[in-house]
Amino acid sequence: MVATREIDLSGTGGRGDRTFRWLVIGAAALVLVILGLVAVTMTGRMGPVFDRMGLDFFTSKRWSPADRFFGALPFLWGTLYTALIALVLAVPVSFGVALFVTQVATPRIRKPMIYVLDMLAVVPSVVFGLWGVLVLAGPIQHAYEHIHDAVDGIPILQSIFGGTPQGRSFMTAGVILAIMITPIITSLAREVIETTPPSDKEAAYALGATRWEMIGAAVWPHSKAGLVGATMLGLGRAMGETIAAALVIGASNGQVTLNAFAPGNSMPAVIANEWGEADDLHKSAMIGLAVTLFVITIVVNLVASAIVQRSMQRGRGKP
Amino acid sequence: MKTWIAILLATATIGATACKKDKDKDGGAAKLNEGGGGAKPPEPASKNVTINGSGSTFQKAFQEVAIEGFTKLHPEIKINYGGGGSGKGRQDFADQVTDYGCTDGLYKDEEKAKVKGGEFLYVPVLLGAITISYNLDGVDKLQLSSEVIAKIFQREIKKWNDPAIVADNPGVKLPATDIVVAHRSDGSGTTAQFTLYLDMAATGTWKLKNGSTIEWAADTQAGNGNAGVAQIVKTTKGAIGYVDLPDAKASGLKYANIKNQAGKYVEPTTDSAKAAGDGIEVKPDLTYVSVNAKGDASYPITAPTWCMVYTKGPKAAALKSYFKFMLTDGQALVPGIDFAPLPKSLQDKAVAAVDKIAG
Repeated sequence: MVATREIDLSGTGGRGDRTFRWLVIGAAALVLVILGLVAVTMTGRMGPVFDRMGLDFFTSKRWSPADRFFGALPFLWGTLYTALIALVLAVPVSFGVALFVTQVATPRIRKPMIYVLDMLAVVPSVVFGLWGVLVLAGPIQHAYEHIHDAVDGIPILQSIFGGTPQGRSFMTAGVILAIMITPIITSLAREVIETTPPSDKEAAYALGATRWEMIGAAVWPHSKAGLVGATMLGLGRAMGETIAAALVIGASNGQVTLNAFAPGNSMPAVIANEWGEADDLHKSAMIGLAVTLFVITIVVNLVASAIVQRSMQRGRGKP
Repeated sequence: MKTWIAILLATATIGATACKKDKDKDGGAAKLNEGGGGAKPPEPASKNVTINGSGSTFQKAFQEVAIEGFTKLHPEIKINYGGGGSGKGRQDFADQVTDYGCTDGLYKDEEKAKVKGGEFLYVPVLLGAITISYNLDGVDKLQLSSEVIAKIFQREIKKWNDPAIVADNPGVKLPATDIVVAHRSDGSGTTAQFTLYLDMAATGTWKLKNGSTIEWAADTQAGNGNAGVAQIVKTTKGAIGYVDLPDAKASGLKYANIKNQAGKYVEPTTDSAKAAGDGIEVKPDLTYVSVNAKGDASYPITAPTWCMVYTKGPKAAALKSYFKFMLTDGQALVPGIDFAPLPKSLQDKAVAAVDKIAG
């Protein structure tokens, strides 16, 4: 039995088409309008802090509500530094897991692993934050002390893994963020890698490649652009993450340091921590932080899409 | 194709995150009490009234017991207290999002002009001791003066056996443990009162000013809320932090006796905080500074907190009745949650002020 349905082709359907067209245009425009309005109103509300601080807002290291002086540099640094730590930790693990699931694991292990990873992605960030502050922050401090002792005297490393480590620090925030972004990067990376044409893989095997060589020759060139996209998505989430960062980053204002074991602060964490008790100028300064974050995430995405586009073109150019 | 999906997803997620943050800020004041400030038409037929308040987390425990006690007597009046912090309490009340607001700090002059509902009262409801809690094995009794506290929290004194601490504690053997300073990571009225105390009692020594957010040194630790600071003190050897009395007790912390204006070392208790209430100068609008109070028995780091209410409005009668309850029967509930009730003189003034509410 085949179900049949008559289609009205009398020509009066044009009105439906027009309505549909305007509906979807409206939906698309709405997103842009909302984004634009948010940008405009928020930029307007950061006026007071700019009248007072000027460009010092971005270059000053001092954040003192008591003195009505607001410099956002330490929070910019904290946001970028914790996100960088998170990426350094999360990307190798995520790509590793994605390769394991797609290339190595047997179907029996594969299914439950994908399931667990996807579950990890939906855990609310406050859970990770609380776990970080209640469970991780204490013991990890001892680990930091050992790491610091081990690298003492080695240039660069000794400033990154610096002295007087604290349990609530850039590094702890980076670790928590890494845990949070791993499932996202992994699941995107997995999907990207799975699109490698079997013919490419089989061709590599046919030429006598080992599994490792096959991954390098077939999977990697095919997936590079997509993996950059997956990483950028992780970066975006890491930079915007608020509550988990606020709980474990240490809330030390004015820190611009390479020492990953020092407490610091990030833009979203400052907003979460200080909004409740802030006066008008202080609030305006925090809106300034929000707008800055907004701009940075947009820039990151533009850069990411440029990278992806370039590597895709290059990929296509290859025979 | 997949790549583009990935990038689109990334953009959408980041965009959404940013939007959400903005919205939170825009609507921060407006989102709590949809049923508040006049959105509900008055219902003269039935007497059922809903009162919404928000603000100070310092007195949230009191609001909870007071609301429970009050609604037993007046089941027709429903009260919601949202917490959210003193700053939020002042903002919500000024915007008439709530019917009453509670706060540990006062409006600044320029903010007062933005309070939309007309004439309002500051009504003091209780006093609370802020302890200087510490974690030091073998030292069960510690005495501190304001100068020493200031130097400890500024990281000028870094060891527990520093001569300045020893001078405050004759006969006590103090170990050479490193001091770990714990403070609030969130903007806080408790921080504001603690630093106000240091500004007043250790003038010249204390250099970090006062306010809800302080420029603490980098080698200090930050915890979220009183409970967060209490957790750091509890789990860190050599730690010291400022924690309100209920949280210090709940976490089983040891806390120091603090030297008051009269030169006496006083333990933080509900009684010594109440005594501080007798030693303060109350202004005509019932505002006052309660830290560094006069009197032999006064605990010097005693924080005030107020609830604010408009003198006129559609729910004035119900609000008046609740405020009366907080100041009379409600006061008996205060010591049970480790806060100090108002001393008689202040209580009388507060009741007289509440009588001005029309209704």
